[in-house]
Amino acid sequence: MSAHDLTGPNLRLDRLPRRRRVNRLMEVLAWLSASVAIAILGILVFSVARRGWSELNLGLLTKAPIPFSLTNAPQGLANAFAGSLVIVGIAALMALPIGILVAVYLNEFAPPSIRNGIGLVIDILAGVPAIVIGIFVFVLLVVGSGQNALKGSVALGILMLPFVARATIEVLTLVPNSLREASLGLGIPQWRTTLSIVLPRAIGGIVTGTVLAVARVAGETAPLLFTSSLVGPQINWNPLQPLQTIPVAIFELSESPDPKDHARAWAAGFVLLLFILFASLTSRWLATRNARRIAGR
Amino acid sequence: MSSADATADAARRPFTGRRVRFGDLVLQLVAGAAALGATVLVGLIAWELVHGARPALSKYGLGFVTRIAWNPVLGHELYGAGSFIFGTAITSAFALLLAAPLALGAALFLTELSPQVIKAPVTALVETLAAVPSVLIGLWGIYVLGPILRDHVEPALHSTLGFIPIFGEPGAGSSIFTAIVVLAIMILPIVASISRELFLGVPHELKEGALALGTTRWEMVRGVVFPYARGGIAAALILGLGRAMGEAIAVTQVIGGGVFIHWSIFDGGDTLASKIAASYQGATSQLFSSSLIYLGLILLVMSLLANIAAQWIVRRVARKHGVTRGGHA
Repeated sequence: MSAHDLTGPNLRLDRLPRRRRVNRLMEVLAWLSASVAIAILGILVFSVARRGWSELNLGLLTKAPIPFSLTNAPQGLANAFAGSLVIVGIAALMALPIGILVAVYLNEFAPPSIRNGIGLVIDILAGVPAIVIGIFVFVLLVVGSGQNALKGSVALGILMLPFVARATIEVLTLVPNSLREASLGLGIPQWRTTLSIVLPRAIGGIVTGTVLAVARVAGETAPLLFTSSLVGPQINWNPLQPLQTIPVAIFELSESPDPKDHARAWAAGFVLLLFILFASLTSRWLATRNARRIAGR
Repeated sequence: MSSADATADAARRPFTGRRVRFGDLVLQLVAGAAALGATVLVGLIAWELVHGARPALSKYGLGFVTRIAWNPVLGHELYGAGSFIFGTAITSAFALLLAAPLALGAALFLTELSPQVIKAPVTALVETLAAVPSVLIGLWGIYVLGPILRDHVEPALHSTLGFIPIFGEPGAGSSIFTAIVVLAIMILPIVASISRELFLGVPHELKEGALALGTTRWEMVRGVVFPYARGGIAAALILGLGRAMGEAIAVTQVIGGGVFIHWSIFDGGDTLASKIAASYQGATSQLFSSSLIYLGLILLVMSLLANIAAQWIVRRVARKHGVTRGGHA
């Protein structure tokens, strides 16, 4: 339908009641669509909370699971929580500096043609399926030498990289050019302008972008299946061994035939969901606040 | 060094024109290396997948792509991607069909209809849906959504639309249909938030002009907003399609598995991604694991095609409308 129709017989007044009815119908449908989207989120959170709540206790965080247990002894998923902390932490340590450097190069140094080219590649990297990144790290690092948590971190780090880079670029474009010009005009070299004027101004936005990226990858299962999933039940902090993680634990427990395992899957899922909702909602709120401050408005 | 020192320093030294400062060079090289590394990474991913899939590539060639077989029994090994490509295509296409109208409707609500007070919270909630981990949506799909679809939705669809072969006999709850609904839930927030930004970018003069001509709000949307955002909407839909094709975990949990091409979407099946994810513990032979990697390679090619198409459209539209990326509303 093209804009030319606005001058055609569509606007006839004798059809006004019908046009109003169509309009009304479409408005109702739009209302419904938005309600459905929010209802799905509500139902999801409610289902996870209702089923996870009963199993939620301190033991989940502190006790290790007991494999093949036939008793009702309380079991936890402490190994998964420890492993997730280690793997996601190391992934953030890898992705954060590289992502920020990529953004600094693209926004502060690169000529437009290179900026567009590499920007396109970053967007394409963001679209590579997580499971493919898992297989990539499997072929590159795991084949021949086995899994460990560090390799899982590499996979998650690759997944985080485009998020961090894009978020940082968006914040850097908010920093007013007058600041850069004032600094350069005082004879301060560009590298010092970037490191001590531009980045400090943008740091709030970069942090919230990073938190959002961490929240995204903390729930990722696919990249870890081939890199850090063949694990024992003991609590372990050593990144040179494969470690259990919460998403992989939920994935395995969800396919188990034992209903007790499902309960633990819901409980772990509830903890994960609370963390992710909290992290993404607060960082989103902070991001809008920061954006105004960074741009000096 | 304080800025006063810097000024004094600069005043003492004569201006020598263009010269490269050491610090600038270092930062530019380090940051440039990071950017180059990120670029090389995409090529490296493709290269390593080809490398890992080589045994299957050299044994089966391109015949692998269309063959419908997956037999890991040693001595009778035979692998092919046909049924998984079919599964990927049918699940992602139907998921997009289901999610697209809802996503566009939600985006229209947020830009054209929503009262000011609920606009920001509703936007945040819709985008939060995108942050829910796929493994949780899968868990919910197995134990909550699957049974509901099996007991209520599938029989109803079968009895009313059963003459269409895709709505066959209701099955076990784990089915292609459950996977479609799960995928639709996952891509709904993505398409909705991109569309919302597109609709926000439609110039107010155009919208107000249409309303001033006496159009209803819907006629304004159909005649101004949709044509203006057409390219962007196409890109958003393709990006959603790419996400649906690549989703592994949630689909693995609910799709049920199987190496056949059924006409009924109420039967089990597998997608490329779900087959890979489901086989992570069972790499028995080199041919098996290289065939899995071959599946990953096919998936990579499909998602790269979708992504490149979407990014190409986005950039072309941005140039046409003179919008700069990262520009602010």
